[in-house]
Amino acid sequence: MTPRPPGAHLPEHPDRLWSAAEPKAAYDVVIVGGGGHGLATAYYLAKNHGITNVAVVERGWLAGGNMARNTTIIRSNYLWDESAGIYEHALKLWEGLEEELGYPLLFSQRGVLNLAHSLQDVRDSVRRVEANRLNGVDAEWLDAAQVKEVCPIVNVSPDVRYPVLGATFQPRAGIAKHDHVAWGYARAAAALGVEFIENCEVTGLRVSGGRVTGVDTTRGAIAAGRVALCAAGHTSVVAATAGIDLPLQSHPLQALVSELLEPVHPTVVMSNAVHVYVSQAHKGELVMGAGIDAANSYRQRGAFHIIERQMAAALELFPVFARAHVLRTWGGVVDVSPDASPIIGLTPVDGLYINCGWGTGGFKATPGVGWCFAHTVAHDDPHPLAAPFSLDRFVTGALVDEHGAAAVAH
Amino acid sequence: MRRENGGRIDRSRTLRFRFDGQEYTGHPGDTLASALLAGGVRQIATSVKLGRPRGVFSAGSEEPNAVVQIEEPFPEPMLPATTVELYDGLVARSLAGQGRLATEPDPARYDAVHAHCDVLVVGAGPAGLAAARAAAGAGARVILADEQPEPGGALLGSPDEVDGVPGAEWAAATAAHLEGLPDVRVLRRTTVFGYYDDNYLVAVERRTNHLGAAAPAHVARERVWRIRARQVVLATGAHERPIAFAGNDLPGVMLAGAARTYVHRYGVLPGRRAVVFTANDSAYAAALDLAEAGVEVAAIVDVRTAPGERWAARARERGIELLAGHVVTAARGDGQLSSVLVGATGDGGRSIDADLLLVSGGWNPVVHLFSQSGGTLRYDEALGTLVPGASRQAVQPAGAAGGVFTLPGCLADGAAAGARAAGPHAGPHAAEAPRAAEPEATNAPAYWLVPANDYSAHFVDLQRDVTVADIHRATGAGLRSVEHVKRYTTAGTAHDQGKTSGLLTSAVVAHALGTSVAELGTTTFRAPYLPVSFAALAGRDRGALHDPVRVTALHEWHVAHGALFENVGQWKRPWYYPRPGEDMETAVLRECRAARESVAAMDASTLGKIDVIGPDAGEFLDRLYTNLMSSLKVGSVRYGVMCRPDGMVLDDGTVIRLADDHFLVTTTTGNAAMVLDWMEEWLQTEWPSLRVHCTSVTEQWATVALVGPRSREVLAGLAPGLAVSAADFPFMTWREADVAGIPARVCRISFSGELAFEINVTSWDGLRLWTAIMDTGLVTPYGTETMHVLRAEKGYPIVGQDTDGTVTPHDLGMSWVVSKKKPDFIGKRSFTRADTSRADRKQLVGLLPEDPGFLLPEGTHLVSTATLPEPPVPMLGHVTSSYRSAALGRTFALALVKGGQGRVGERLYAPVAGTLVPVTVTSHVLYDPEGARRDG
Amino acid sequence: MLLIPCPWCGPREEAEFHYGGQAHVAYPENPAALSDEEWARYLFFRDNPKGVFAERWSHSAGCRRWFNALRDTATNEIHAVYRVGEPRPVTS
Repeated sequence: MTPRPPGAHLPEHPDRLWSAAEPKAAYDVVIVGGGGHGLATAYYLAKNHGITNVAVVERGWLAGGNMARNTTIIRSNYLWDESAGIYEHALKLWEGLEEELGYPLLFSQRGVLNLAHSLQDVRDSVRRVEANRLNGVDAEWLDAAQVKEVCPIVNVSPDVRYPVLGATFQPRAGIAKHDHVAWGYARAAAALGVEFIENCEVTGLRVSGGRVTGVDTTRGAIAAGRVALCAAGHTSVVAATAGIDLPLQSHPLQALVSELLEPVHPTVVMSNAVHVYVSQAHKGELVMGAGIDAANSYRQRGAFHIIERQMAAALELFPVFARAHVLRTWGGVVDVSPDASPIIGLTPVDGLYINCGWGTGGFKATPGVGWCFAHTVAHDDPHPLAAPFSLDRFVTGALVDEHGAAAVAH
Repeated sequence: MRRENGGRIDRSRTLRFRFDGQEYTGHPGDTLASALLAGGVRQIATSVKLGRPRGVFSAGSEEPNAVVQIEEPFPEPMLPATTVELYDGLVARSLAGQGRLATEPDPARYDAVHAHCDVLVVGAGPAGLAAARAAAGAGARVILADEQPEPGGALLGSPDEVDGVPGAEWAAATAAHLEGLPDVRVLRRTTVFGYYDDNYLVAVERRTNHLGAAAPAHVARERVWRIRARQVVLATGAHERPIAFAGNDLPGVMLAGAARTYVHRYGVLPGRRAVVFTANDSAYAAALDLAEAGVEVAAIVDVRTAPGERWAARARERGIELLAGHVVTAARGDGQLSSVLVGATGDGGRSIDADLLLVSGGWNPVVHLFSQSGGTLRYDEALGTLVPGASRQAVQPAGAAGGVFTLPGCLADGAAAGARAAGPHAGPHAAEAPRAAEPEATNAPAYWLVPANDYSAHFVDLQRDVTVADIHRATGAGLRSVEHVKRYTTAGTAHDQGKTSGLLTSAVVAHALGTSVAELGTTTFRAPYLPVSFAALAGRDRGALHDPVRVTALHEWHVAHGALFENVGQWKRPWYYPRPGEDMETAVLRECRAARESVAAMDASTLGKIDVIGPDAGEFLDRLYTNLMSSLKVGSVRYGVMCRPDGMVLDDGTVIRLADDHFLVTTTTGNAAMVLDWMEEWLQTEWPSLRVHCTSVTEQWATVALVGPRSREVLAGLAPGLAVSAADFPFMTWREADVAGIPARVCRISFSGELAFEINVTSWDGLRLWTAIMDTGLVTPYGTETMHVLRAEKGYPIVGQDTDGTVTPHDLGMSWVVSKKKPDFIGKRSFTRADTSRADRKQLVGLLPEDPGFLLPEGTHLVSTATLPEPPVPMLGHVTSSYRSAALGRTFALALVKGGQGRVGERLYAPVAGTLVPVTVTSHVLYDPEGARRDG
Repeated sequence: MLLIPCPWCGPREEAEFHYGGQAHVAYPENPAALSDEEWARYLFFRDNPKGVFAERWSHSAGCRRWFNALRDTATNEIHAVYRVGEPRPVTS
């Protein structure tokens, strides 16, 4: 009989999380969307700004959207200064978050490798590493042999279709357990007085005289002094009820896990050219994702050929995965912006704030978004780190284009 | 232990295998689980969290317990022993939660196939076989897929008869009949695991697994079937569900139907003395069959106070004690079951010795694929389970999958579903349903949970070690959604994805919250239905087939002459041609000198080439390019830049006018397909009135760039009929001529600043042309690296290297290429936006490191101060290209720098490896700024 | 993998197609006459409905024709396809 492997199960959740609330008639702030961003925003509204008469309104179950569906990669090694600012702020918060929330988040700074497969990938990678360093973000450029040292199962043979020429490495990057993060925020926010209203879909925003007055929901109208949208893939639908158009397109993004496996993969590997990203989660399952489905859709389900391509990419990079099994696939709906950067800030409607456009990469930003968006809502003024991500940039052209030289947008 | 006879195993052959280091034997037709049970092995796994012993719980793919690691012939993690067909030489071991991947490469092949059919029938049990027969009889093209090695489904595990013959025989005959039909395909060992939009289903066929080391290497081990079906019949059967009671995880506790299957199908007695714990009639058949086979059945414990009368009578006839209105309050034993505690209430009671406890809490239709198809599920109070509701696609359940649990019912339901699915094909000869004896049906209320004071050993999810107590802890923490409870406890997330535990979890949560399963719902059924290997899904799209490899007509020559290659898009391009003893730097400096001082040649065939033809071709190109193309004269060539509507550079290249209505556009190597798409999109969706056609001709032409002061001399020698003088053949014109006896189009263009000719011939003649050029003995071959150096010395940008989607033509110092005359072109409007018209945008400049031997790494950033402040450090821009220049006798770089065009002469600093390297900003044109060399 | 009925070729696998986003967004008649706000709307803003969406597809691995489709983004059901230049069909 084999001994029981360590780590094949997770630490227990606390005995008490939160209580489901019935909607009250009015709140100071209603947050639309009980995902990671909504929960973190609620927490920091209460914690940093003393605003506790807050309801988080969620159409399904708390943190059941993209928060429950992402591949939990955390990193801050983005190219542009604006991105580095907010993602690095988030990473610094991650580094103290278990203590802050008093919750085991399984935050594991195991590093992230972004592989380079062409000479242009190498140039872009070095550019990003150098920018990261000057922005105070830890980053290293590794050659193929060093990649192999960090992650011995990566196939660095020159005889593959797109050989690994090197990688950027952010040692402080890593993963966390998404449910634990959401529940940690929810529990801490609940303790400060925030209420969670589940199975309550916002069907409309109430606007009067250019100012938001509340939300209509499937459980009745709720008045609100301020409304903060954290509705991810459904942001367009909600915002449209207040006549606000946003430059967003909603797409399915799929992910999958394998069965539990003995530890083989010590870090996180992402590749753009051989498109896949992989980590091995705490219990031992391989967690993987790739690109979005091309066509707009609100179905939390993608097409299967995307998964097949992802598996081909995975085996190019990791031949040892051949006989691992796909246990479960799923999809979320992500809201993609034109420059692959988020939109955070004020709207043409007074008291209505948006936080959207995170596309495939919202999880890693959770604490940073919560912090900055709460500030934006509390002060009716964008947090300095959020200011570059205003809606106005699409008019001026001052995009934060993370398509080109950034790594896989995730 | 093995029965003396019976079962669908081939007793004439013995297979040897090892499990946990012990040698065992079995027979063809066995699974690893049946052979281990025959060998008396009770414990097959250790639970992941609590380390408890676990045995075989089921006889199929729903197995939550007996998950094993295959070690030989090749390691494969986590397979249910109930699904591993036994083969000679199998080596497996028990698992404790985590499987092991092989460290060596998997030698097996995998592939995929597309298939189309009128009717796909999933499952070849009684309902599926009846459905396939009916659909095929009506003339439909049918695919029948079943995960087992032989058809029959539940019939293989029972003595029931169909059409007067034993069910397994009927199944074999029916399958043989179907296989004889021209438009029917019967897929064995094939699990349909995903159901997607528009009746697209995905299956995996295990073709050689069951052969072990004897598997032929040339046959794909697993094959993915991508099936598009007009109609789907889901005859996926039902899974028996467990009951939660104390100790229900002990080896020896088994689903009742599974025990019956071991007896009939595998000729195995899973124990000697059994107790049966049931809430319905079906377990009586199991009890009677086991008793008939020689198992001592000590008692039937039926939660109902009034069990079905005929079944009760038959049990009593057989001498089996019937304890109606009783429950099993605990299963006991040390490492395996030794006794069962039975009582009228939830606690205590009478102890009965037993090494086998059969459990049946009822049956759950296998609704996974139906749910995946978008169909709704309905909780059926009478059946105590989820059954298919409204469907969204052309699909119907049949038999047990639809909640029909009698054999004649399944046969009739299947036949009807098959006929309906055949639809318009159904003729008057639609098959009659096969017949079987009608059993009596009695009420079987849902029963989930034996009440107790202590729920810490009432297991709900055996593989994840989740108990009723764990679920109560989750609901006690405030959780109200079954999805939350799943995540809190991890119930349903294991290898079996909750096949036996999912509904039970919902029921226990509903019970705890005082609500109903119907109200609460269940978690989502997600693909794949069964775990599928990564390798099967990757199929053949690996290695060289992962992405097509494109090579030019000259590729063989490059290989033969020692070129190293660079991947550019899908193309393999010669990077440089090192001579013996040369490193890259030496080789590239030599190649550069040849181009600047003598003559050199490059294979430029990979540049995209698009024929743009039609009366409106000039107008069309005027709209796409920033500069004017319609004014180009036939016989001339012009460089052009295309932008996106947001004003950022999209691509660049030359445009040749071949005739009034015929242009040839070249693109960068990597963007060829994108530019063609771009042109067609604008033409078709915005300007359909323009009479223009675009055709890719990239692969039709081989292109050689002949570069250097002596290029004219070489060309003149090869093309005696061509007037090559600067006057006769001016810059930016083209001529047709025979070059080396090959009809060619020769362009006088230059991407190096030197006198240069681009010679185009058909791909067929490419190698002949190249060889003729090399045979002059004057010409040095050069690769992409030298090309990059030469163009950088002249300040020519490479789209994608010196641009990144945030750069305008103005930023590149190419305002001259932006027409001021044209009222509009794609991108023009964006140039006046606030951010795009800023004076301090990043602009392309040259950089000269103050140390002329220092090579700036590409990607290095630039700062204005001689010391670095604390982060975040304000950055002025970055190095896009950096080389050693033979012509300049020093290093140089191109960079995008904020307000760079106004900084010429300024000193900036480049942080490199902890030091700040001083550099001077210069014009981006570093070599021959007067353009004196292009005419030679 | 959708089965997309190309109006020129008939039903074909989704993998043969290239997606083109919202249909009926015409290139402005006179971009120079637009304000920055109006131009930004053309550049970046596209409808994103949950429900029936008029969208563009190109049968890029087939006939290479662009066409339009009415697809429900909540269900992926394609209600109609029509050629470029044809009006958006009325669907119930």
